[in-house]
Amino acid sequence: MSFVSFVVNAFYLNQKPVQHTVDQFAQVIRKARARKQPLRIRGGGTKDFYGGELTGDVLDTKTYSGIVEYEPTELVITARAGTPIAEIEAAMRERGQMLGFEPPHFGDSSTLGGCIAAGLSGPRRPHAGSARDLVLGVRMLDGKGSDLRFGGQVMKNVAGYDVSRLMVGSMGTLGMLLEVSMKALPIPASETTLCRENSPGEAIELMNDFAGKPLPITATCYVENRLYIRLSGAEPAVRAALGKLGGEEVRDGRAFWKQVRDHQLDFFRADQVLWRISLKSTSPPLPLPGTQLLEWNGALRWLDSDAEASVIRDAATRLGGHATLFRARNKSAGVFHPLGPALLKLHRRLKGTFDPDGILNRGRMYSEF
Amino acid sequence: MSTVIEASAIDFERQREVAAALRAFMPESSVMFEREDVQPYECDGLSAYRQIPMVVALAESEAQVQRILKVCHEKRVPVVARGAGTGLSGGALPLGNGVLLSLAKLMRILEIDTEARTARVQPGVRNLAISEAAAPYGLYYAPDPSSQIACTIGGNVAENSGGVHCLKYGLTVHNILKLRAVTIEGELLEIGSDGLDAAGYDVLAVMTGSEGMLAVITEVTVKLLPKPECAQVVMAAFDDVEKAGSAVANIIAAGIIPAGLEMMDQAATVAVEHFVHAGYPTDVAGILLCESDGTQEEVAEEVRRVEALMEHSGATLIRVSQTDSERLKFWAGRKAAFPAVGRISPDYYCMDGTIPRKRLAEVLRRIAELERKYGLRCANVFHAGDGNLHPLILYDANEPGELERTEAFGGEILELSIKVGGTITGEHGVGIEKVNHMCVQFRTAELELFHAVKRAFDEYGLLNPGKAVPTLHRCAEFGRKHVHVGQERFPDLPRF
Repeated sequence: MSFVSFVVNAFYLNQKPVQHTVDQFAQVIRKARARKQPLRIRGGGTKDFYGGELTGDVLDTKTYSGIVEYEPTELVITARAGTPIAEIEAAMRERGQMLGFEPPHFGDSSTLGGCIAAGLSGPRRPHAGSARDLVLGVRMLDGKGSDLRFGGQVMKNVAGYDVSRLMVGSMGTLGMLLEVSMKALPIPASETTLCRENSPGEAIELMNDFAGKPLPITATCYVENRLYIRLSGAEPAVRAALGKLGGEEVRDGRAFWKQVRDHQLDFFRADQVLWRISLKSTSPPLPLPGTQLLEWNGALRWLDSDAEASVIRDAATRLGGHATLFRARNKSAGVFHPLGPALLKLHRRLKGTFDPDGILNRGRMYSEF
Repeated sequence: MSTVIEASAIDFERQREVAAALRAFMPESSVMFEREDVQPYECDGLSAYRQIPMVVALAESEAQVQRILKVCHEKRVPVVARGAGTGLSGGALPLGNGVLLSLAKLMRILEIDTEARTARVQPGVRNLAISEAAAPYGLYYAPDPSSQIACTIGGNVAENSGGVHCLKYGLTVHNILKLRAVTIEGELLEIGSDGLDAAGYDVLAVMTGSEGMLAVITEVTVKLLPKPECAQVVMAAFDDVEKAGSAVANIIAAGIIPAGLEMMDQAATVAVEHFVHAGYPTDVAGILLCESDGTQEEVAEEVRRVEALMEHSGATLIRVSQTDSERLKFWAGRKAAFPAVGRISPDYYCMDGTIPRKRLAEVLRRIAELERKYGLRCANVFHAGDGNLHPLILYDANEPGELERTEAFGGEILELSIKVGGTITGEHGVGIEKVNHMCVQFRTAELELFHAVKRAFDEYGLLNPGKAVPTLHRCAEFGRKHVHVGQERFPDLPRF
């Protein structure tokens, strides 16, 4: 018997707008470089709100779209950067698989390229890995317009520096992603969500306590005095864990986690000043004004607060983490947590390595580059 | 281009000068250069390559590492960092004009945070020592390279080490949170955070697997996982490796990610069975070991499904471990594969390609052809779940020409791995061993970018020069010689 394999050519799946070639994109970058004209790499535009200032002519990645190769038995999917995340997830769902990092969708047109460039992960992240953890390889154009390939389509690969993962979360400042290969994971056979009332302190303690035990937990969220826990896996295992943990079962858990993932809960509002604080999971409730939503066993805190940026950043630093000004009208405090001098120097050098004339997504990450 | 300093004979004047500069702030016994003192450092786990280092420095603190690197930076002395020296690709091969910086004395476990499930350790702590220290709290460190008794966490980070459980639990890069590392300029970098991500570029990912080329690691914060409630292993035998390959694909297609999924071909199975009597059948083409772990319920369910899939895929024999000691016995065979092969041959050469699993049967057929071509035997051990293949080429270094034939055989396996869409190294690193084959896997533009990344960290190319990324000049040379593969590889390297 031969291996089961399945190759999808997106061309046959649905009609796409006119597609551009890699060469065409490379020429755009080369021309912009010659004229020192900044470029703003953009897919679906659903994360225009995220990151520093938007400068330069739009380099639209939607015209480089489609699933290149999908082999469920190899646990690998490769798609072009402009492919909508929804399209990728639909193709994977058909084969009983998913993107394990549960990527947030901030709109229907979210693309793979934007998702990887922003490097954000959803509720399953502490249990199945982050966007960066699941990236296996990339094809990209750097700021000189060179067509480069790093990593590959295999699980283990230590040849050369891990440039693929460096691209994740670099906000398009190092290059334009062309193709991304990712590890696929099976969709759990069954899932259920339970809910219990706790104080913030109790919730943090419980989440960390549970995470230290062999339980099939795949997401946690604490909001409005309620702790939500998702259990996933084989039906009997989920049932048994349900008995051990206690609490009441939530009727539509799937919808709840989608709302957490996509920031659709009432906690999230378009006009708020929203901070994303990543820190040690056992950190006590943050003594900061405003309201908080906790995820990732306590390692991720969303804070809706008008407090001074420096107060919030100092608190995050003290707890071994960092604070991002995720959503705000006034971003003068800087979006990303300031880097120490040694790291900043290294960042400047890395930026100069990939994009010597500083034309790609200038100022989108740090105003220094 | 970065400066690459080739191995050379020792310049005694320079040696005295560097040693004196280091002894200005280090104890005399920690700075060695007498031949009998430095000989133990002449090679790592790839013992075919040897070089006496100019000076060996045994660092005892992070502050000392900073000062050593500052001195070396000022004097433009190349530095090779080393943990336990168990690496298999020559990544810690010293330089005759350089300092071998041993981090083996930095072996303290600084903190185990049982609540946050992390351990903060110095780079010279052994991999297994972390799990042992965490065991009383029901926690462990997941990556488990086969050398875990001896290899250090610093080396694991430098090589991005895997192990038999990495399909489910990930590689080193997935299991560390934070590093402290010193640049060649002596500057301390704090990389990562106590959370699950950090501000700025993912420097943690770039450092992991960078083979000591970018900075010297002085502290690692690792994640600890809860020990699974239980584990069971299914052993299945096949009369055809293609069927075994199908069984692997069928298990994955059924949505199962086993804790471990290993294959051995007949040559490996026979060698192992005669050595440790693990209970493997020896009259089969290959065997698969498939481990499930988790809660009692999870394991019971998964084992039942795996058994059915193995049978459906044509297994001629299936056995499920009934006790933990039986499970360990099944694994003992797999874990003894390398020494077992070492028993039936004076020497063996371990390869490390990763291939798409669907090409396994084709690759094994081609390896069998190469065995005939080179007149050498080869046993194959395969991390089947993630496609990482370890062909073990058997040879006798005392037979004139056998090592060279072995290297040529290995070189063809590396190129085969690339040809089928894989990579030359899954977990052992490029080191000095596979540096020429980087020219085949990557194009000029990518190699140039790698050099530029190195320069961003290490302007003068002083950290582990000559390893992992070939110069374009070297690639051009390799390209010219390539047609005569096997006659004169690595002519610039000394042999003893």
